[in-house]
Order: sequence, then structure tokens, then C-alpha cells
Amino acid sequence: MTETLTLAKAVNAALADALEGDDRVLLMGEDIGQLGGVFRVTDGLQARFGAERVIDSPLAESAIIGTAIGMSYRGFRVVTEIQFDGFIYPAFDQIVAQVAKLRYRSRGRVSMPLTIRVPYGGAIGSVEHHSESPESYFAHTAGLRVVTASTPQEAYSTLRAAIASDDPVLFFEPKGKYYTKGEVDRSIVRDLETANVVASGRDVTIAAYGPTVETALRAAIAAADEGIEVEVIDLRSISPLDVDTVVESVQRTGRLVVTHEAPAEASVSSELITSVVERAFSSLEAPPERVTGYDTPYPPSAVEHDYLPSLDRLLDAVDRTLGRRNSRTDLDYASVTALGAAR
Amino acid sequence: MSITVPAPDPALAAGLDCPLRVLDLDGTRLHDPLLDAHLGDIDESALADLYLDMVRVRRLDTEAFALTRQGHLVLWPPLLGQEAAQVGAARSLEQRDWVFGSYREHGFALLRGADMAEFARIWKAYAHGGWDPHEINMAPSQIIIGAQSLHGVGYAMAAKMDGSDEVALTAFGDGATSEGDVNEALVWASAFQAPVVFLCQNNQYAISEPVAVQSGGLPLALRPTGFGIPSMRVDGNDVLAMLAAGRIAVERARSGGGPTFIEAVTYRRGPHTTTDDPKRYRDEAEVEAWVAKDPIDRVERALERMGVDMDPVRAEAKVRADRLAKEFRAAAEHAEPPAAEEIFDNVYAQPSRRLERQRAEHLAFVASLAEESK
Repeated sequence: MTETLTLAKAVNAALADALEGDDRVLLMGEDIGQLGGVFRVTDGLQARFGAERVIDSPLAESAIIGTAIGMSYRGFRVVTEIQFDGFIYPAFDQIVAQVAKLRYRSRGRVSMPLTIRVPYGGAIGSVEHHSESPESYFAHTAGLRVVTASTPQEAYSTLRAAIASDDPVLFFEPKGKYYTKGEVDRSIVRDLETANVVASGRDVTIAAYGPTVETALRAAIAAADEGIEVEVIDLRSISPLDVDTVVESVQRTGRLVVTHEAPAEASVSSELITSVVERAFSSLEAPPERVTGYDTPYPPSAVEHDYLPSLDRLLDAVDRTLGRRNSRTDLDYASVTALGAAR
Repeated sequence: MSITVPAPDPALAAGLDCPLRVLDLDGTRLHDPLLDAHLGDIDESALADLYLDMVRVRRLDTEAFALTRQGHLVLWPPLLGQEAAQVGAARSLEQRDWVFGSYREHGFALLRGADMAEFARIWKAYAHGGWDPHEINMAPSQIIIGAQSLHGVGYAMAAKMDGSDEVALTAFGDGATSEGDVNEALVWASAFQAPVVFLCQNNQYAISEPVAVQSGGLPLALRPTGFGIPSMRVDGNDVLAMLAAGRIAVERARSGGGPTFIEAVTYRRGPHTTTDDPKRYRDEAEVEAWVAKDPIDRVERALERMGVDMDPVRAEAKVRADRLAKEFRAAAEHAEPPAAEEIFDNVYAQPSRRLERQRAEHLAFVASLAEESK
């Protein structure tokens, strides 16, 4: 049975079903109870499950994660919410030095089945700290699973898998897509490390996750008008990365474009392209391309459309993998560097 | 600049002027109405048991220190001088309660029943963790300063949610009181009335920095009162005072009265760790002054004053301490190092394909070296 839900409602449904199905599941975060969260994602859950299971916490991100760790020692499965991507840094130690490492530190005797929900990404026209994509910091840390979702169905199924997992999971929710609708079948089960081929094609592979999957699919449709077949892979899991699925695709297409909103430097695209080059070098017919946020802080949102991966930037990258001339082909990088020095 | 100490609610803070004490340096039993009410059951035999505990803790500490100097362990953070603070507090708990401590909580680990062979492996750099936390109800030792305070509060919140009367104790040092986590832990404990005991062992130094660097010259025990948390400043070298303060805190937590903060005023007589050189930051005279306040000598004198023949007690203590030291030394000297393959174990509950690939690659590489050397 399917129902039509927004991505936000799909997250809400996953949380409600998890709370309903297991009385050791708790939610904790800032403003998630009475208000229902600043995006109303947890709307109605405190009224339904009580203030003891849907906990409005004081404003301290490190404490949200740190106390959830203590609750995990007692067998609770705590789903914590960090209100915005840019607010996660005060909790960094508790996430990377504690949550991620307690199983290892205790040689398997301590489980940390936490889920850390993080609304992330841009295109919401907001102010500083409300539009970031910090997933790479966490992907770099062993012991954490880092996943995201591109559709209401993915959000529902992946969040259920995250809550059920005995591993700690950071679940990055594309807040710019909270109000897009889609069909959700609650019986569909997902694992936490398999990518999904969402469009098949023979010419170019685009690997995307979270909010850029929709852009990649639009690029595939646009390219098809020119007779170019684009295969689109929704990575879903950022860590561990499903390199196998991407390698298999690139062995057929010979061309790879990776896209995400996060800056390029030391990012998911850095890791994915490196892994593909390691394992499928001889299949590549062109240098891999990436379309990402620039290596700057997130800009004022008045110009975020220039910063974020767009349909046209993706199509430009697809063109380059096919050897077509475009805006970047003739750039004189020596004079660009000189100009930068003069500035 | 002069600092005026605000007068706290006397119901919230005790011992700010002078740390609470019931055993004087010469062993005289002093009377403190707050603490005495919780020591009614302590007779000669019970005090002798605390003495035995402290002697064993000290012997473990000195043996480990020696083993480090001899190259059998890689590092040791000694607790010499802090035996009463740990033994008194540890004995105020029941085994079903939980402890969330730092890396210097050897007394807690021993008294809660940590496996000494596993414990030795941490300080031999053979393992990051040294006991089964669920077996002795004590979280793995914590190196990040103050991080465990939040875990203790979270555990206590969870115990309360379960309708249990179990409590959590979180132990940390004076340096940790500057950390955001400890302050956040105080906020949460207060907001949720968590059944938690904050044990701050003020051993006067955070590595080289004297406590004044953290405290602004104010007693650390003053701070929790601003969070609405009752606080006691206790002579941390007085095992009976520590036991009584612990019992007050534990009983309050168990009966739904919420958190308590205990500042145990003590002294770290040794270096921060075996790699530290305290001569660079403090005078020997200062250390000597604290030797005179030794927590174990004080109990010996108290037992003598009570008419106990100390010779058999000392003999029994020596037998037990020697047995422990022998067991610990054997563990430290004969521990088997972990296999390289174990690097890849216990990263995830559900092993990842990526990590299994790395493990296979590494093992193949190691095997290839063995092949070459044939």
C-alpha cells in the first residue's frame, strides 16, 4: 500500500512507526516536542507519545549527543535531532570521539545505536549556518554510518533502517526537499550501504545523493533530448560508500560525474573518484568531473543559486566528459592565477 | 581586583569555608552533623575494610607506576594521594549503580571488579578499553576531559525513565570543570532532575595548571549552586567524609531528589602521568605538606585510637596488596599483544564491505612478506 507524502511527512511517519514499534526508541532535540520542530518534521509526536519519549532538550548540542550516549548504555535507541547542519559543530567531539569509537574502545561490548538526524543543504534562502553540507567531516570518521535521502520513500525506508541499526547513523535530511511529495510504501526495507541506480544509461554516469539526485535526473532528461544516455546513481550512503555499484556503472559508461552541495575539497566526490580511478582506471574514457559547492564558506543565500550544483553546470560537466567544448575548455588558468594574485 | 564571593543558599552548599571532615589528621574522630547522620554503621571493622581497600588501591597504583618505569607498561596516570576520594565515593554506591569516570579512576575500577589482566592491557597499549562495562557497571575509561559527565547524566535520565532507583556517578577532575561538557551536564542534570552524582576530584592540578586557573579563586563547589544543584566541599583525603558525602548524594538521587555535586579536595602527589615532570611547576615542599595529610595514615591512626591492634590489620593488608600486585604484574608482563587483524574488528556492528576489503588487502600484504622471507 502506498500513500503520497512530503519528505518531511515521510520522516515523521518513520519516526512515529519506530516509536510505535519499539518502546526503547526515544526522540530528543531542541524544539521537537511542543513546536514539532522548526520544520514541523516531528509534528504531533510529543502529543501522541508523551514528553518522556519525545524530549524537548535544553540548547546544548554536545549534551544532546552526550546524554543520548548515556541512554544507549541502558539500551535505549535515541533519535536525536540537530536543528540545522551548521549547529552540529558543538557536538563534534561527542560524535567523532565518543559515539563513533565506543564500540571499538570497548572491543564490541558497548553498542551505540544512535540516530543523529540533521536537516542539511541549501536552497532555502536562509542566513548563515542554515544551509551547510557537513557530511564529509563525519564520513571521514570510522565507526559512523552517514546516509542521506533523495525522496520521501528513501527518507522513510532509510530512517527506519538507521533507527533499527546497532551502529550509530547520521541521517542527513535534504531540507530543501522537505516539501516535495512522493509515493511511500512503508513495507519497503532499505539497507544502509547500497546505492540505487535511479536511471539507466550507456554514455555517462552521474553519482549524486540527497538534494542533487533530482538535479541529476533532470540532467538525464535534458541530455536524452540530445541523444545522450545518462545513468544516475543515488549513492544513498555516504559512508560506507557503495563503490561497487559506481564501478560497475563506469565500466559500462566510461564517464563519471559526481555532484553534491558540499565543497569539493576532501569531500565525498574526492573519495568516490579516487576509488573509481583505483578500481576502474582502464574503463575511463575521460577524466571524471565533479559539480559541487565551491571551496568557500556557504555564501549569502541571495547568490546561492550560483554556488549550488545546477542543471546547467551538470550538463556542462556531462559535455566535458564527452569531449565537447564549453565554458571551461578554453579557460586560461595561468592568467586566472595571476589575476587572483593581483586582487 | 577583589572578588566578592556571593553567599550561596546554605541549603545548597556545604563546606565552602572549610572542607567537610570527620577524621582529623591525627585520626581523631571529629563530628559533623551533616556527615555523622550517614556514618552510624561504621564501626572498627567497617573502617578497617576501607583501610584495606585504600591499601590495595595504592599498591595497584605504585605497582603500575613501577611497571611503567620498567618498560612493561607504556603510560600510567598515578592516583597517589587520591585513594580516599575514590574509595569513599565508590563504597557509597551499590554494584547495580553505574560509574562514568576519567582515565585516573583506578580505585573505582578495582573496587567494582575490573579484570586486572584486561585493565593492564590498556596501559600496555594493547587495547583501548579494559573491562566489560556491562559486567561491572562502569563505562570505559575516558581520556577526553569531561566528556563522560554527559554520559553519566544520560544514563541517570534513562534509569529514571525506566522507573529504576539506580543512580549514576560521574567522576572528573578540577580541570574538567572548565569544559563545556561538564557545564552542559550540570544544566541537564538540573533540568531533568537526573539521579546523578558529580564527583569532582580537585587534585589541585590539571597537568601543570593549578586549580586557580580554572576556578578564578572560587571554590569549585560554589559553581553547581548556580545550576540549582546541591553541593558539598569535602576533605577528599578523609575516607569517612567521602563515604558519607557519597551516601548523601546517592540517597538523594535514589529517592528522587536529583543530582548532587561533591568537590573532593585532594592532591595528586605524583606526576600527571609517567611522562610528566612536576618539578617544572611545583615545589617539593608543597607535596610534602600533602604527605602529612595522607589518607591512609589517617585511618591507621583512627583505628589505633579506636583500640584496634593494627599489626594483624597491616599484615592482612599486605597479603592482599601483594596478591593484587603479583596478579597485575603477571598480567602486564605476560599479556599477549593483539593480532594486527584486530585493527579491523568492532568498528561497526554490521561489518562494511569497504572495511572487509581493507582487511583482506592488509592480510594478503602481510602474507606476501612472510612468503618473501622464506
